[in-house]
Amino acid sequence: MNDETIIAESICETAEVRGTAPALPLAAERESSQPLLVIQPKSGWSALDLGEIWAHRELLYFLTWRDIKLRYKQTMLGAIWAILQPLLPMVIFTLFFGRLAGMPSDGIPYSIFAYAALLPWTYFANAVSNSSVSVVGNSTLVSKVYFPRMIIPGAATLAALLDFFFGLIMLGVLMLWHHVSLHLSILMFPALAVLTTALALGIGLLFSAWNVRYRDIRYALPFVVQFWMFATPVIYPASLVPHKWRWALALNPLTGVIEGFRSALFGRPFDWMSLGFSSGVAILLLFYAGFAFRRMERTFADTI
Amino acid sequence: MKPIIRVENLGKQYVIGSRQGYETVRDAITQALRRPFQKVRSPKRESIWALRDVSFDAAPGDLIGIIGRNGAGKSTLLKILSRITEPTMGRVELRGRVGSLLEVGTGFHPELTGRENVYLNGAVLGMKRSEVKQKFDEIVSFAEVERFIDTPIKRYSSGMYLRLAFAVAAHFESEILIVDEVLAVGDVAFQKKCLGRMSKVSKDGRTVLFVSHNMAAVQQLTTKAVVLHQGAVQFVGDTQSAIDNYTSMAALVGTGVYEVGRDGRRLPGLSNAVEFLRLELGDKSSAILASDQDLTILATLKGNETVHNFRLSITIFAADGTPVGSAFGQENLSIQQGHRSVCQLRLEGLRLAPGSYYCGLSVGTGDPSRGHKDFDVILDVLYFEVLAPEGIAGTRSHWTPSWGAIRFPEPATGELHAALN
Repeated sequence: MNDETIIAESICETAEVRGTAPALPLAAERESSQPLLVIQPKSGWSALDLGEIWAHRELLYFLTWRDIKLRYKQTMLGAIWAILQPLLPMVIFTLFFGRLAGMPSDGIPYSIFAYAALLPWTYFANAVSNSSVSVVGNSTLVSKVYFPRMIIPGAATLAALLDFFFGLIMLGVLMLWHHVSLHLSILMFPALAVLTTALALGIGLLFSAWNVRYRDIRYALPFVVQFWMFATPVIYPASLVPHKWRWALALNPLTGVIEGFRSALFGRPFDWMSLGFSSGVAILLLFYAGFAFRRMERTFADTI
Repeated sequence: MKPIIRVENLGKQYVIGSRQGYETVRDAITQALRRPFQKVRSPKRESIWALRDVSFDAAPGDLIGIIGRNGAGKSTLLKILSRITEPTMGRVELRGRVGSLLEVGTGFHPELTGRENVYLNGAVLGMKRSEVKQKFDEIVSFAEVERFIDTPIKRYSSGMYLRLAFAVAAHFESEILIVDEVLAVGDVAFQKKCLGRMSKVSKDGRTVLFVSHNMAAVQQLTTKAVVLHQGAVQFVGDTQSAIDNYTSMAALVGTGVYEVGRDGRRLPGLSNAVEFLRLELGDKSSAILASDQDLTILATLKGNETVHNFRLSITIFAADGTPVGSAFGQENLSIQQGHRSVCQLRLEGLRLAPGSYYCGLSVGTGDPSRGHKDFDVILDVLYFEVLAPEGIAGTRSHWTPSWGAIRFPEPATGELHAALN
């Protein structure tokens, strides 16, 4: 061991005595311009280090851009799919639930009632689905180059957000068509979009990290998403659920969000209780997911 | 000046078995049910140290070679230095950004154009957009792909693709540059360009770590070298002594059997219609050949398709990475889809000079005269040593390396004219 250290020192032309300060101030100056990076084993929880993610913001931008650019490559309809994705289920649900089953829709035309919820729901579902498989899907990046891994599910979520914006165009058209006028409550719309993003990102972070080790996530995901949709008042109003079961519905953080979108669009009073609950869940989830992801990402390259 | 890289007692332990690889929730549950009182992370699991107690320093401007056989821990070391994976013990101090050429083309997407990929890849490597923008023209002309820069790279030839990938990585202004075998990329002219680029990098006071099997390239490029053996540092010092150390060791530890795995000895991008499963020196008891012994290799092949009339070929390399020669077998082998077979390749009258060698094998059709197509190629395997021919009364004869790698047959000599006095 001792010999090895001596030899190791000899490789460095100017051997340096450990623990003493460098003699030349010039050298010290030069060093200070180069921050020291120490790589050593870590265990347990570590810091979120959002500064590092900020430093890599351009990568986040480029990965998002790549996802968007490639998503509709070699499709004939291209970005129109972003509009069709929430629109087609709306047509189907309007036909079967609105017309045939006579589903109540709080006095709003069923088609726009459903679309107002399907649009954010589709965003949420796509963001969760895409980000959950994103880390494994980018395994070559993960196993070959270093950057904060959170950027991968982050980019997948942001790419889904663009589709949401496209879908807004159709929402505007439908609202004009049904003569739905805007209310002041629309000001809540951006906040709700942020809340949806936070929930989607929280779940996406957790699922994408688990998926590295347990590939079951990928197979379970479609069922989770589908079940979740039926557990959320997307194609039915929350008012349809009997009072004694409302609490169960409210435990789903998406309930407050989806109903919130309807309130914002149709000028109905907000359910601040359930919105507050959703926000609380979103914040806790995001924090937990962030730290858990940091903890798990250390073994990504060895496991993937 | 403080070292730019300081590696201290670095170790990396890999756990073998299901734990480290991905698994299913069911496995985790059944394991928990089977042993409810045992902690899930049992310390008894079998593990290997891919890297152990590795220490060395590098000063700014150093050109350091990292040499060692497959599995010696070279790539694990690089992965730790480039922060892809965490060490299990020890520490590394880095004073500067690390750029690595082991991930050339990482993040390249075939559907995107050359231009788009340059920006994307630059961001992946850690370059600012402004930095890429500023160097864009330089990168493109270095890669010699000006005309195709707005073409999706799926239309690129593999040479163009790799040149562009290398060019982006090579223009990343990092204080530390890690280079892994990329010199195998492209034609001779481009290789020269890459070597030039690397020595320029070091003249700028940046540090280069160069990893290679090719001792000739290490010798040409680096001034110091670290020899790794089974995860530990075997030698640190000037390049020539390191290479001597390595070549003397290479033969001694050579095993005559190679199980083809996923460790990168397989050339990517081939059809694998027939693939190698296992390679074995015929005389596997030792990887040491007597001077005039024939070289026999047994190759276990698997047919992923039914293929008739294919051949095996072999290239033998000297321990410093210089190719010695190649031979193409007859196209008389066939294999059924889903079947395995063991084929024998025998080289007679090799006349290799005493020294250490290793092989590259390919399975395919054709030969150099008609053009050839390979299904599978395995490189850098089956190290063996050729002993010096026996001299008189049990002594060993001597062969100087500068005499070359082939011991030609005894030349015919004779007097044509009697000298006139």
